[in-house]
Amino acid sequence: MNIVVLVKQVPDSGADRNLRSDDNTVDRGSANNVINEMDEYAIEEALKIKEAHGGEVTILTMGPEKATESIRKALSMGPDKAVHVVDGALHGSCAVATSKVLAAALQKLNADLILCGSESTDGRVQVLPHMLAERLGVAALTGARKLTVDGSSLTAERQTEEGYEVVSASTPAVVSVWDTINEPRYPSFKGIMAAKKKPVETLSLADLGIAGNEVGFDGATSTVLEHSKRPPRSGGEKIIDEGEGGIKLVEYLATEKFV
Amino acid sequence: MAEVLVVVEATKEFGVKKVTLEMLTLARELGTPSAVVLGGSGAAAALSEKLGEYGAQKIYAAEGDEIDGYLVAPKATVVAELVKQVQPAAVLLASSQEGKEIAARLAIKLDNGVLTDVVGLDADGTATQVVFAGSTIVKSKVTRGLPLVTLRPNSVPPTPAPASPAVEQLTVAVTDVDKLAKVVERVAEQKGSRPELTEASTVVSGGRGVGNADNFKLVEELADLLGGAVGASRAAVDSGYYPHQFQVGQTGKTVSPQLYIALGISGAIQHRAGMQTSKTIVAVNKDAEAPIFELSDFGVVGDLFKVVPQVTEEIRKRK
Repeated sequence: MNIVVLVKQVPDSGADRNLRSDDNTVDRGSANNVINEMDEYAIEEALKIKEAHGGEVTILTMGPEKATESIRKALSMGPDKAVHVVDGALHGSCAVATSKVLAAALQKLNADLILCGSESTDGRVQVLPHMLAERLGVAALTGARKLTVDGSSLTAERQTEEGYEVVSASTPAVVSVWDTINEPRYPSFKGIMAAKKKPVETLSLADLGIAGNEVGFDGATSTVLEHSKRPPRSGGEKIIDEGEGGIKLVEYLATEKFV
Repeated sequence: MAEVLVVVEATKEFGVKKVTLEMLTLARELGTPSAVVLGGSGAAAALSEKLGEYGAQKIYAAEGDEIDGYLVAPKATVVAELVKQVQPAAVLLASSQEGKEIAARLAIKLDNGVLTDVVGLDADGTATQVVFAGSTIVKSKVTRGLPLVTLRPNSVPPTPAPASPAVEQLTVAVTDVDKLAKVVERVAEQKGSRPELTEASTVVSGGRGVGNADNFKLVEELADLLGGAVGASRAAVDSGYYPHQFQVGQTGKTVSPQLYIALGISGAIQHRAGMQTSKTIVAVNKDAEAPIFELSDFGVVGDLFKVVPQVTEEIRKRK
């Protein structure tokens, strides 16, 4: 099975994150940039499917030059190769344009199964899997907490508000996964060394037949007008329980009219 | 005034979800609200009274197995056709998984920008979003096409404005490519009568400090007394204390209730990401240095197994 895993480099969600004051895009310069955590679960799932059914796992990333660090990190877990779509004109791209670029790259890669995380920790927009499915005319099984592959048929369990749904489709398909689906492996030393030699193909917009003005700020379908830091919460009253902590808590709730 | 399409979210058990009422309330500021019901047969009839109560002037319905038996694609096809027909001033969806997914497909079908997790929308289409774990406020706008936005629950106080909408059945033109992802089975999991996590006005969450799955009864008991939902931190979910669908935080749900009570939760950034826009935050933790206290309006440093039973007892006394 030809599996492509979408990997995005994002600013570390465990640290302060900012938008740039000059163009309102994510400030990657000052951030510690890492693999979107959710994507590691997609990589793990791809590797498990390859181990059980054979095939090849390719990492696909769209991002600036420095995203190669995340690509190597992804490869160190075990995928075979990577494709990096990198082009100066991509800076400022909206989700709609991003899906156009990734769909074009996916068409080139001719994937049976496209795996990705359910969301990126920076934007948390969750729209990409269905945008890609819509553009490629393939099925999308999103939010999988369990995935079963049987030949060309895919069955996923997906969490819903009321419980879960069992959904099925045939390849080719896009499947997004939640972090409950597996436990991603740690790269071994051997894996890290091998990753340095794995092929990483770079593609420009021209390679994908997309004009510069279809993406980036020129091609954006939405714009950020302004942004500001939300005033940080300040801690209020803190008491030490000396036997009456619960009662005092309820008194507080009563003054705020919650009880 | 132009129509504003509100794509209805509802559950079989509880009917129209609160976020739908919020969308109808918001839609009245932007134009004439029309509700769009997408579901199994008879779905619109069951919901029309409530939708009318909150100002829906018209209800469009697409019903049946063709709509309900597949993942979102048929729904997006129906809404896209409707958008082309009525040329609405805006399309509002809920910022739930399904709402975002329908919006995603609409954006491609209509070559239209999309904004998700919106907490406010002005008449000129300027949307407010809260990003980066609640730390940054963004004003943004769709620049290609109409305002296509998904609204985060608990953003707009719903207010009634009674109307008597007629139901207009849409002829469904669902194509084969919309039927690629089939819903084989829907399994309801017991959660009792608690409100849905993202919509609840009170959320009581437990963390690693709760210690085990059985002890979560303490959290549930307090939540039930306050008519709230139960949440859990990632640490608690990863330890198997509580199911994943109740996880609050970076890789779980984002909640913004009036009252958030954190029990045995240290307040790692991963958790704060999902709850720090709550109006009032109360915490109980045995570690006086826990970061959760930095954002709590009221904090008790103490053993939650002593404090929480006292809280429930005291609330019962006062009732």
